[in-house]
Amino acid sequence: MEKIKSLADLKKMQDMLRAKIDLREQSNDPDKRIQVKVAMATCGIASGAKEVMEVFIEEFTKRNIDAVVTQTGCMGYCYAEPTVEITKPGNEPITFGFVDVKKAIRIIDKYVLNNELVDGIIPVNYETIDNK
Amino acid sequence: MGKIKYHMLVCGGTGCHASKSEEILKNFQDLIKDKGLETEVQVIKTGCFGFCEKGPIVKMMPDNTFYTQVKSEDCAEILEEHIIKGRKVNRLLYKDPETGEYKSDSKHMGFYKKQIRIALRNCGFINPENIEEYIAREGYQALGKVLTELTPEATIEILKKSGLRGRGGGGFPTGLKWEITRAVKADQKYVVCNADEGDPGAFMDRSVLEGDPHTVLEAMAINGYCTGADKGVIYIRAEYPLAVERLKIAMKQARDYGLLGEDILGTGFNFDIEIRYGAGAFVCGEETALIHSMEGLRGEPTVKPPFPSESGFLGKPTNVNNVETYANVPAIILKGADWYASIGTAKSKGTKVFALAGKINNVGLIEVPMGITLREIIYEIGGGIKNDRKFKAVQTGGPSGGMLTEKDLDTPIDYDNLIAAGSMMGSGGMIVMDEDDCMVAMAKFYLEFTVEESCGKCSPCRIGNKRLFELLEKVTQGHAVMDDLDKLRNLSHVIKDTSLCGLGQTSPNPVLSSMDNFYHEYLEHVGDKKCRAGNCKSLMQYIINAENCIGCTLCARNCPVDAIAGERKQAHVIDQEKCIKCGACMEKCKFNAIFIN
Repeated sequence: MEKIKSLADLKKMQDMLRAKIDLREQSNDPDKRIQVKVAMATCGIASGAKEVMEVFIEEFTKRNIDAVVTQTGCMGYCYAEPTVEITKPGNEPITFGFVDVKKAIRIIDKYVLNNELVDGIIPVNYETIDNK
Repeated sequence: MGKIKYHMLVCGGTGCHASKSEEILKNFQDLIKDKGLETEVQVIKTGCFGFCEKGPIVKMMPDNTFYTQVKSEDCAEILEEHIIKGRKVNRLLYKDPETGEYKSDSKHMGFYKKQIRIALRNCGFINPENIEEYIAREGYQALGKVLTELTPEATIEILKKSGLRGRGGGGFPTGLKWEITRAVKADQKYVVCNADEGDPGAFMDRSVLEGDPHTVLEAMAINGYCTGADKGVIYIRAEYPLAVERLKIAMKQARDYGLLGEDILGTGFNFDIEIRYGAGAFVCGEETALIHSMEGLRGEPTVKPPFPSESGFLGKPTNVNNVETYANVPAIILKGADWYASIGTAKSKGTKVFALAGKINNVGLIEVPMGITLREIIYEIGGGIKNDRKFKAVQTGGPSGGMLTEKDLDTPIDYDNLIAAGSMMGSGGMIVMDEDDCMVAMAKFYLEFTVEESCGKCSPCRIGNKRLFELLEKVTQGHAVMDDLDKLRNLSHVIKDTSLCGLGQTSPNPVLSSMDNFYHEYLEHVGDKKCRAGNCKSLMQYIINAENCIGCTLCARNCPVDAIAGERKQAHVIDQEKCIKCGACMEKCKFNAIFIN
């Protein structure tokens, strides 16, 4: 890894990385990849997030769905763990709560493949500093 | 890809449920069926939108239109206009109370949202094990800005102006702390991150470290630049293995990218961080005890002064801040002191992360602006009390804090108001209690924790708390006399006044605060030998009502200690001496013949 030598380099790098993520997240092209984030703090893992993440990865490979599955930190919805956020290209991210292995498969069947929602959606009820 | 074109999200939160969201949902489903739109429109129930005062809420997707105060009879119009004709139903849109404008897109209605995520800004967004995702979200730019554009003094000035105060609970102004450490002259200084989160029920520091470790590293480096330290130490409990692992990954990545180590960003500034593990003792959250533990000594506090800013780790000036405090710093540097100071109350700026737990529907981690009321937190964000029970109290500040009750529901929450109400901010645990919780038993629970965690160095804390606990035990067992209540109060004050460190100085708070707010419950325990919440088993009696009992013997057969006697087809009796109050008999009785006295 080459070290970042100055603030200008850091900013350049941010722009590049940001653009890469924007392309992934906000593109309207339906052929772009689906993004799945699994909340994997200790509490999420304890309630089964790891298994859920594995199911997503396995199913996507098995069904040949082009998607990126990543882990992230605590989303704050302890009452609804495990929680998973799914961003389909051109759509708002949607957070699903109470996702066990069975539900993960339902989400793939219904939402990912057919654009049908399933119960247990958690609406965003906070502001971020980006939109402030 | 899919065929469904529209989604209608109907709020299924407790508040909206009460205002008939169920009926709306059904109505929509029927209407959609009537019109044969099942393949194009889907209605779904969601969790709470956090906007209960304007509920029930219906959100249309994909265009994000947000309808408020929807009634069952509005469904047909929404479907007809919005879905079929593609026009918004203006009268159901949210009307901005200031401008009178109708807002349709929930994205531009940010102001209604009760939560603002600053410390948690990246938690749940980025992959904590990938530095690139942090950099993409302006990561390490605050450090870059400070190193290239600002002097240490100017940076400290920003923090002072922002009004940020210590989030570990003490509430000491962060900028001032940095300034004091900076002013001390020494050949070596240290920056410490206090990640010894010990309050029962608090887990925000763990969440930040697990979800966004780089923000803490970045803020520590900024702290090093300001105070003149080139070494940072994170003191974390070994009970947080995932947080430790992610921190280690983050530190390695930061070094690889040249964001920790020597000559950071070509500015000549050197800073590196190491991890020290704690064994999970509550007292080690106190900064002097923490420093001793880091030095390999017993985790015992010492008298302040000297403060760590003058003589801390290895006798050198040391700046100790809490995880959540650090998590705020990069955002403040990038967005400015004025922005931060615009959030919150006069003396408490910004946001606070709370861990909501106990008898509340939406147990979770929330970040709210200072000045929010307890009512908003419990009933709007938290979705109200579980099983529709009645709210009784909230314990804030963990074992060092106190109880807030009904009368405090509308008090704006900040450092000073909480102290005035007999509690404290603490690290942000909020344990909600309902009418089934006994306040004496609650105070006893916290005391038990303190007794266990007292380091034993000073006698008021070591012996005093133990005696306090024994007195509380007497009360809950029904052996106490009125005199004991005075003793409880007096002893509490003595412990508070004479203990060496914060642990003992605050440990009687749950006792005092429950006595202030719920003295009648103490009186009932002592005078009437009664626990109204039905918590204190020693004071309960299971009694069989002879009139209802038909002598089916079911209770006697299920009693694990054979405390129930009686002939078949005749009223049974419970032997109170033998009874262990397990409640099995009452559960089994089909004739409601057993009651609690």
